[in-house]
Amino acid sequence: MHEFIIKRLLLAIPTLLAVMTIVFFSMHLAPGDPVDQMIPPDMEGAAREERVEQIRAQYGLDQPLHIQFAAYVGRILRLDFGQSLRHRRSIAGDLRSRIPNTLQLGILALIISVLIGVGFGIVSAIRRDTILDNLTTFGALFGVSMPNFFFGFVLMLLFGLYLGWLPPSGFGGSILGWEGFRYAIMPAVTLGTAASGVLARFTRSSMLDVINEDYIRTARSKGLAERVVIFRHALRNALIPVITLLGIQFGAMLSGSVITEMVFSWPGVGRYLIQGIQTRDFPVVQGTTLIIAIGFVTANFLTDLAYGFIDPRVRYE
Amino acid sequence: MAEHDRHGHDTGSVGGGGDPKLQGLTFGQRFKRRMIKNRLAMVAFAVIVLVVGISILAPLLTEYTPEEQNLLRRLDPPSGDHLLGTDQLGRDILTRIAYGGRVSLMIGVLGASGGMVIGVTLGILAGYVGGTFDHLVMRVVDVMMSFPGILLAILIVSVLGPGLNNLIIALIVWMVPTFARISRGNVLSVKEMDYVEAARSLGASSPSIIVRHVLLNILSPIIVYMTLSVATSILTAAGMGFLGLGVQPPIPEWGAMTSVGRQYLRDAPHVIIFPGMTIFATVLSINIVGDVLRDVLDPRMKT
Repeated sequence: MHEFIIKRLLLAIPTLLAVMTIVFFSMHLAPGDPVDQMIPPDMEGAAREERVEQIRAQYGLDQPLHIQFAAYVGRILRLDFGQSLRHRRSIAGDLRSRIPNTLQLGILALIISVLIGVGFGIVSAIRRDTILDNLTTFGALFGVSMPNFFFGFVLMLLFGLYLGWLPPSGFGGSILGWEGFRYAIMPAVTLGTAASGVLARFTRSSMLDVINEDYIRTARSKGLAERVVIFRHALRNALIPVITLLGIQFGAMLSGSVITEMVFSWPGVGRYLIQGIQTRDFPVVQGTTLIIAIGFVTANFLTDLAYGFIDPRVRYE
Repeated sequence: MAEHDRHGHDTGSVGGGGDPKLQGLTFGQRFKRRMIKNRLAMVAFAVIVLVVGISILAPLLTEYTPEEQNLLRRLDPPSGDHLLGTDQLGRDILTRIAYGGRVSLMIGVLGASGGMVIGVTLGILAGYVGGTFDHLVMRVVDVMMSFPGILLAILIVSVLGPGLNNLIIALIVWMVPTFARISRGNVLSVKEMDYVEAARSLGASSPSIIVRHVLLNILSPIIVYMTLSVATSILTAAGMGFLGLGVQPPIPEWGAMTSVGRQYLRDAPHVIIFPGMTIFATVLSINIVGDVLRDVLDPRMKT
């Protein structure tokens, strides 16, 4: 198992480095000089030139690109994402206050999508070709086809504005508290819907594969109750591949949260990213993109580990 | 185990066999039979035809232009004059949806087909040539895929700036990795088939083998995935439009129309509802037809 963990970890490191490279160079390919953003527009002539040079020196932008990159990687390793051009605040600090909000939303959405998706996936596999199965298939299509911003607005309109059951948007603190939880319900459902569609389809097909296996026939023929066959024998094996999908889904939620957070004014990482883009605040865009990608790679790494832990066959590949 | 891409579609593999009742029929006949049997798919197909038809015939169907403002009739609910009401500048929403369809559908098709051409080319070459080239391409694909969901598209647009062309570029780049992965995976299994070996021993050149034996045999999963990608592409473009990173006003585009309506959600929900429903109905219909296409072309992928 240790060897397996180390091997997976070694695979994740070059990926993270490559992600950093892309993010770093992408901002250098951007048309326009970010330094221009930092100078008052009314400053002109020699004074402006001087200020430009000063800022370049201050941020190391006058150094050759490879040195800038090395310095950049060094800073990232120290979790220093630089300063926001607009607010002159530490980006790491801004992220630190927003990451928990995005994670709370993502985890709640993941729980919702697992409950709905895996639940319906199992039922529709067991009751194959019934109305329930067809409804699940259609519901799954609904989930992947629904634009999440539109779904969010529909929920907001219905439960927030017309019925008044839930606060239409905003943030009410930690979701462990009742008030915070009420604010999180609609965004989490919005975010979880697409994922639950994918999970339902996948669980169903995985379950159907397993149900046709010999050991299930054996379990049935030795007279076990159907409930025992399904839950003890079939489900445990069917859920193994579903776990791999959870990592991908969690990543999709991290990026899906960009839109959901904009819809519900949720103070998370995604909204921070879009605000950064709107104000052409490159360091913010860089830092946030990197954090989301790192979160995704980490989620996949953890899923791999979980997979190896649950299914010993994977470790020996 | 079925493979999955980051949009949640089955990416599957080369299929064979299938429903015995459908064997011996041409693809067109099989597709028609499936569609007729499946009423939902018929409805979906009709929706696609309707949306495409309205978009193409937009100038003939409406007396308004998409940019025409009437500030005296701002945020009007649906009425005889304006079947789907007006937006915050008094523009006819139906007209904007029809013209917006031209933009949104074009983005969807161009994004998906561009991604397909580049991705499939890379995937086939990587799978067929193998070695260092394969390794290199797949590493790049891995890295591109470590930007989850639409993050890569957002990053590209934030670098290039918003706008129609840059959005299409972003979608193409975003689509490439999945197409490359699917086609490479399929090439690897086709490459080992006897008929490829036979062609090679008969002296066929590599380009001829790639096109006539490899490409033609992996076409089914690619066509299926391409259809589903058009849906994903429209959805993503709408999402980018919603975020203000897509097509810029005053060009009508479904996602951006939805985004504008958010300020009037309480008093004029129709500004959001109609464009939103259009996106949903279009994407859902393409996905349903894509599923039928998969059943016909690639029976083994059926879940």
